[in-house]
Amino acid sequence: MATRLNAWLQRGWRVLRQLSGDDAYERYLAHHAAHHANTSPLPRKEFFQRQQQQKWNGIKRCC
Amino acid sequence: MKKSLSSTLFWIAISLLGAAALGGIALNRGEPVNALWFVAAAGCTYALAYRFYAAWIAAKVLCVDTSRATPAERLDNGHDFVPTNRWVVFGHHFAAIAGPGPLVGPTLAAQFGYLPGTLWILIGAVLGGCVQDMVTLFFSTRRNGRSLGQMARDELGAIGGIAALIATLLIMIILIAVLGLVVVNAMKHSPWATSTIAATIPVAILVGLYMRNIRPGRVLEGSLLGVVLLLLAVAGGGWIDHHPGLRALFDHPALPLAWMVIIYGFAAAILPVWLLLAPRDYLSTYMKLGTVILLALAIVLMQPTVKMPALTQFIDGSGPIFGGKLFPFAFIVIACGAISGFHALISSGTTPKLLANERDIRMIGYGGMALESFVAIMAMIAATVLDPGVFFAINSPAGVVGKEAATAVATISSWGFPVTIEQMNLLAQQMGEATLFARTGGAPSLAVGMASIFGSAFGQNLIALWYHFAIMFEAVFILTTLDAGTRVGRFMLQDMLGNIWPKLGQTSWYPSILLSSGIIVAAWGYFLYIGVIDPNGGINILWPLFGISNQILAAIALSVATGILIKSGKLKQAWITGLPLTWLVIITSSAAWEKLTSNDVRVGFLAAANNLSSKLAAGTLPPEKAAVAPTLIFNLHLDAALALFFVSLLWLIVLDMLRICARHLNGKPVPPLSETPHQATQLEEAWQRD
Repeated sequence: MATRLNAWLQRGWRVLRQLSGDDAYERYLAHHAAHHANTSPLPRKEFFQRQQQQKWNGIKRCC
Repeated sequence: MKKSLSSTLFWIAISLLGAAALGGIALNRGEPVNALWFVAAAGCTYALAYRFYAAWIAAKVLCVDTSRATPAERLDNGHDFVPTNRWVVFGHHFAAIAGPGPLVGPTLAAQFGYLPGTLWILIGAVLGGCVQDMVTLFFSTRRNGRSLGQMARDELGAIGGIAALIATLLIMIILIAVLGLVVVNAMKHSPWATSTIAATIPVAILVGLYMRNIRPGRVLEGSLLGVVLLLLAVAGGGWIDHHPGLRALFDHPALPLAWMVIIYGFAAAILPVWLLLAPRDYLSTYMKLGTVILLALAIVLMQPTVKMPALTQFIDGSGPIFGGKLFPFAFIVIACGAISGFHALISSGTTPKLLANERDIRMIGYGGMALESFVAIMAMIAATVLDPGVFFAINSPAGVVGKEAATAVATISSWGFPVTIEQMNLLAQQMGEATLFARTGGAPSLAVGMASIFGSAFGQNLIALWYHFAIMFEAVFILTTLDAGTRVGRFMLQDMLGNIWPKLGQTSWYPSILLSSGIIVAAWGYFLYIGVIDPNGGINILWPLFGISNQILAAIALSVATGILIKSGKLKQAWITGLPLTWLVIITSSAAWEKLTSNDVRVGFLAAANNLSSKLAAGTLPPEKAAVAPTLIFNLHLDAALALFFVSLLWLIVLDMLRICARHLNGKPVPPLSETPHQATQLEEAWQRD
């Protein structure tokens, strides 16, 4: 019971982090390791800056 | 066999409950209705439509193919194309489509009574809005996540593409102006609201600095800090309101507030996104989701009673909040929440690039809009639980019911909606405001409604805090829309100007940023200014124009979808988009016609302009009104031209779509379908394990 609750809570936390973009850098590192392992990934700060700039270059919010 | 029997019985029970709830609220006359019936009617309608209609569209019309690789899988690049868990995509999609629109529209339309708005929200959503979002998402997913404008150009031709671009830019300008007006009317002579809303700016900047420099990328930490600071700002606003010295700093009439909003909008457009826009957006998203959940809980717990009658006498067009008959204006005033063209831009923007599998399209496209429609139902409940007299006193502009409290209550009571000055004063005092009269725009009456529901659920003594929390929550995401909209408008303008002089098309060249931001802010700032000086309270002019433009964008999206369906050989099923399209053409054309030709000065733009000109010529206007009259007359002509332009754009694109379809059916050449070829998904196995 306790372990199942724990698993649920962990899953909820994962979804919350993914929804908010809190884990974006970790996901980027995983993607980078899988596809571009020969180059070094961006540091956290640069990655976050670039991501925010890109995010707001289109229609992202509605009425 | 047993399972299918229990499932059949379950859906029969849902149908019966839905029919009983809808029948109850539709046929009821004169008795107060428990708001839970609205929730039941809405929930059952969405459940049935989702289970049967949406499933049928997905399986038989769109032929969703779960074995097909989505753009997110094929073009996975780790940032914008990423296969994502469907609940996460649903969250992103809902956060993007749900703005202040579904909160304001139903509140204004409540002047007709609760029934017309409620029925339109439910029927419009399940047959129109949800279908539009879902098919646009599907077609964009099949086209590498292309935008609505690109799809219109590819599938219908250049005319469609240009029409979509112009409609988007114009709707953005009108939208920002009218939302700015809603915020200004909420802040007018309210030091508490003004100081709280002003405090959201430094809070957002602080959060922006935190996420960029102190703890880069720690979004949850930064957001939590921001939410706590925003709640402190609401409480701090109350302290400022009671402080005689500080109070005066934040106590302003509408016009200076409008100027502040305009200056703020320009600053937000030229500042880097990480400083203001991005952190504000995180805060507004959490506020929005939190408040919507809280409101749903409070309605279910408290089961407030709806006091507004099912229909009021204002269906004849004499309503105080906006002029115009039930048909077509109820359908124009409620755009978001029933069918909103703007959603097509989101459904063909970020969302299709995140879908891991086509089977998620029904849940995200159809389900996301159903949830937005439910937000509109809650706004309708929050507006109609108020005493109708109070509702009209808050929302009727001074130009209609009279400037003095005594004349206003006498006028409103004479309509059969009794209200007294004492009642309004007591309410204003409870909410911590000097007055609640003539706060047209929907935000304050919604906040009073929410505060009274929250107050009864979570403690009466905090009611003033709840009111200002509701105002802050609406203002935060109205300002997010304002920032984001100005920015998008700037990009679109830079894109267009780039065709004339390439240097202006460089989005990071500072002179071009200043010029294009200035033009966009001046455009919406002008309409905001006119809205503020308008004696009938601006909303009467701007909100219907916004509704028309948003519905026309929806009509463009539905035209593109209908064209694609017919070109794909689905003529027999093309009614799924053809039907809502026909309805939109009827209502927007009739509304534009009324706006142009009506003799009622509160409906017809030209009638109002002529009326004002003759009064000006006869010298019957008081001097302060005579001074602004020429501006108002010019603006009324501009509004008339805009309405005519919108409706011509609509007919142009609908006729163009019909021309393409007729050519296709007669075997003549048409632009080919731009669908990307089938490629089998490799994700499925990995996905099921997760």
